[in-house]
Amino acid sequence: MARVVVDVMLKPEILDPQGQAVQRALPRLGFDGITDVRQGKRFELELEGPVDEAALARIREAAESFLANTVIEDFTVRVEAEGEK
Amino acid sequence: MSLDTVKNALEHPDVEQPFAELGLKPDEYTRIREILGRRPTSSELAMYSVMWSEHCSYKSSKVHLRQFGDKMPENDAMLVGIGENAGVVDVGQGYAVTFKVESHNHPSYVEPYQGAATGIGGIVRDILAMGARPVAVMDPLRFGAAEHPDTRRVLPGVVAGIGGYGNCLGLPNIGGEIVFDPCYQGNPLVNALCVGVMKHEDIHLAQASGAGNLVILYGARTGGDGIGGVSVLASETFDADGPAKRPAVQVGDPFQEKLLIECTLELFREHLVAGIQDLGGAGLSCATSELASAGSGGMRVELDTVPLRDHTLSPEEILMSESQERMCAVVEPAHVARFMEICDKWDVIATVVGEVTEGDRLEIFWHGEQIVDVPPRTVAHEGPVYERPYARPQWQDTLQADAAERLPRPGTADELKAALLDLVASPNLADKSWVTDQYDRYVLGNTVLAQPEDSGMVRIDEETGLGVALATDGNGRFCKLDPYTGAQLALAEAYRNVATTGARPLAVTDCLNFGSPEDPAVMWQFAETTRGLADACQVLGTPVTGGNVSFYNQTGETAIHPTPVVGVLGVIDDVERRTPVGFAEEGQIILLLGDTHEELSGSAWAQVAHDHLGGLPPRVDLERERLLAEILIAGSRDGMVDAAHDLADGGLAQALVEACLTGGHGARVVLAEDLDPTVALFSESAGRAIVAVPRSEEMRFSDMCKVRGLPCARIGVVDGDTLDFQGHFTVALDELRTAHERTLKALFG
Repeated sequence: MARVVVDVMLKPEILDPQGQAVQRALPRLGFDGITDVRQGKRFELELEGPVDEAALARIREAAESFLANTVIEDFTVRVEAEGEK
Repeated sequence: MSLDTVKNALEHPDVEQPFAELGLKPDEYTRIREILGRRPTSSELAMYSVMWSEHCSYKSSKVHLRQFGDKMPENDAMLVGIGENAGVVDVGQGYAVTFKVESHNHPSYVEPYQGAATGIGGIVRDILAMGARPVAVMDPLRFGAAEHPDTRRVLPGVVAGIGGYGNCLGLPNIGGEIVFDPCYQGNPLVNALCVGVMKHEDIHLAQASGAGNLVILYGARTGGDGIGGVSVLASETFDADGPAKRPAVQVGDPFQEKLLIECTLELFREHLVAGIQDLGGAGLSCATSELASAGSGGMRVELDTVPLRDHTLSPEEILMSESQERMCAVVEPAHVARFMEICDKWDVIATVVGEVTEGDRLEIFWHGEQIVDVPPRTVAHEGPVYERPYARPQWQDTLQADAAERLPRPGTADELKAALLDLVASPNLADKSWVTDQYDRYVLGNTVLAQPEDSGMVRIDEETGLGVALATDGNGRFCKLDPYTGAQLALAEAYRNVATTGARPLAVTDCLNFGSPEDPAVMWQFAETTRGLADACQVLGTPVTGGNVSFYNQTGETAIHPTPVVGVLGVIDDVERRTPVGFAEEGQIILLLGDTHEELSGSAWAQVAHDHLGGLPPRVDLERERLLAEILIAGSRDGMVDAAHDLADGGLAQALVEACLTGGHGARVVLAEDLDPTVALFSESAGRAIVAVPRSEEMRFSDMCKVRGLPCARIGVVDGDTLDFQGHFTVALDELRTAHERTLKALFG
């Protein structure tokens, strides 16, 4: 079994109200020195077969068309090594 | 890139500038050079390019929109007219109401959720900037064919965006429309209307007067949102293969907007604001130049003081950014401290970014160096004006000759019944609850009517029951057949819808959605529409108070149907007197008001049964509309009428079905014998309504109609759990309800 991780983040120029809300809350809770927060999404996809180029291409397609809204979001795809958590 | 200062522009006059990429034509660029007597700096070029875009300058529509002023009917209710952020109307008891409809079409196609959400945000700030508390919103929407896969992408996103933003903001969504037609496939129309309430003395205007007054930018930080959005997004045609251009989409934050509303209203209450402008399309370029242009002096802005979300933004980008939830106020120096205190209380960032000056220039500085030095009027109010050529298209005659009255009609009782069931289940006439249930219709506790009623109605004074009613309408199919008549039909329908609920129509706002103004056929449609609308407003005595024009709604060479969306605002002295749609009581008499003609062209029946569009739209009789409205208002005021519904799409049949299903009671109906049943059921003749009156009031009501000369025919009785067209067919309400309610759920649920 192999795991592929897709991280989805709002594009840098896009407003992130959630991230801002977190950032405003941090100093109230005593966590100082944090100047910016951006919040994203992480998908962990368990694969049936081997992680070859074809499998990754399909995942990229899924990310592009479904997991991420590429109008406002960027995504990265990476393979998580065995045992990594 | 090095900073392009005014000094630099003088020293290096021959730098090649990307005016074409910014959407400016060569002659417009030449004119900017003439106005300034030199080449513009890159910041100036950015400002001119967004402000002279079609979206901001109305350069193609201005010559036609003038009619709304020239032909304006006498109306004492009008307090502020066209040209301000929104028109203001007196509704009595010391209250004034401001309302406006705007388009957010192109952004909503690119990113449906955020496009629709920020459409709400933008129109709400327009209303707020007039000094009013926003009290309700409405969304007239047009999508491509209901079954098309792209509609499944666009519609749920748009609806979720409207709900997401409006619900978080705490504003009830009290109505609007949803229309499907293949002509909107690549160009959905997402219009948004907001209405706000204030006392007369609270009206605020967008102007910067009084040298020494400070310019304060408050609200969200400025980021790279929608840079060039105005000129690129709102004024360019999409290629046939979909949204290829993807500039930074604006993302809205309704919670920030809520803070902005409460903060701004408190600033108004303490009289701390001398002039105010919201930041919408064209952002700071628009706000600074419009404020300065409308005021008596000039303005000086230190652009590097603008709070940023992204510190890499260039001055040009800051000027063009369309970051949401920002406002710009002009404040006397003595009031600045208190102003800041209130902003701080609401957690709203506020920054003094400039001041009003003695001169007549808008000057903008970046770290001490001057990057803009322009006469503000040339940016904001004296942009180019085009007399675009227009010509009646050649296909218009062929289209009008192809009348729907010649199409085969249902011959038997079974066929008539099947036609009715098809009609009530068709996406345009089907129940819209799947959409409207996603909107909060009752938040704030003042909504007395919302979808599926003829108008939305909100109470504005809890003591007296004073309320306002609003309806929007616009039938693109009728307008395609004859834009002059179609526009008048749109107005007549919205006017009728308001009167049907018992409110007196007062004023109009319109959102004119069209194809490319560079196409003479489209320009002809636009000219005819504005002429029709202005003429009709004159007869009905309802002035146009403001609105918006959206051009370039076309994919390749194919334009959408000309679609003027007309919003009518009415006032009702006591909302307790309102008339709802649904039949509420067994035994009440159903009366049909107005005349039914053989008018099937452009009708919903022609579309559903034959996928046909041709012929001439129904005739308009504005005097009749006026009379009908007076009767409906009197019937409501004197308590004679218990239910009323206007007749429009789908004719008498659809109106009866809606009245039965909404009220939960059936009806026995006799169709006029001198009419073909298809005509009696499905003709869309204007100037008609059905009312349900108690038996005890029937005589009084029909006598009133007789005396005033309004045709009034007794057509049936509220009765049972079937809709029975006597001598033709009977259909159970359950069967109607199933057909009516399953469509949208099946398509999008």
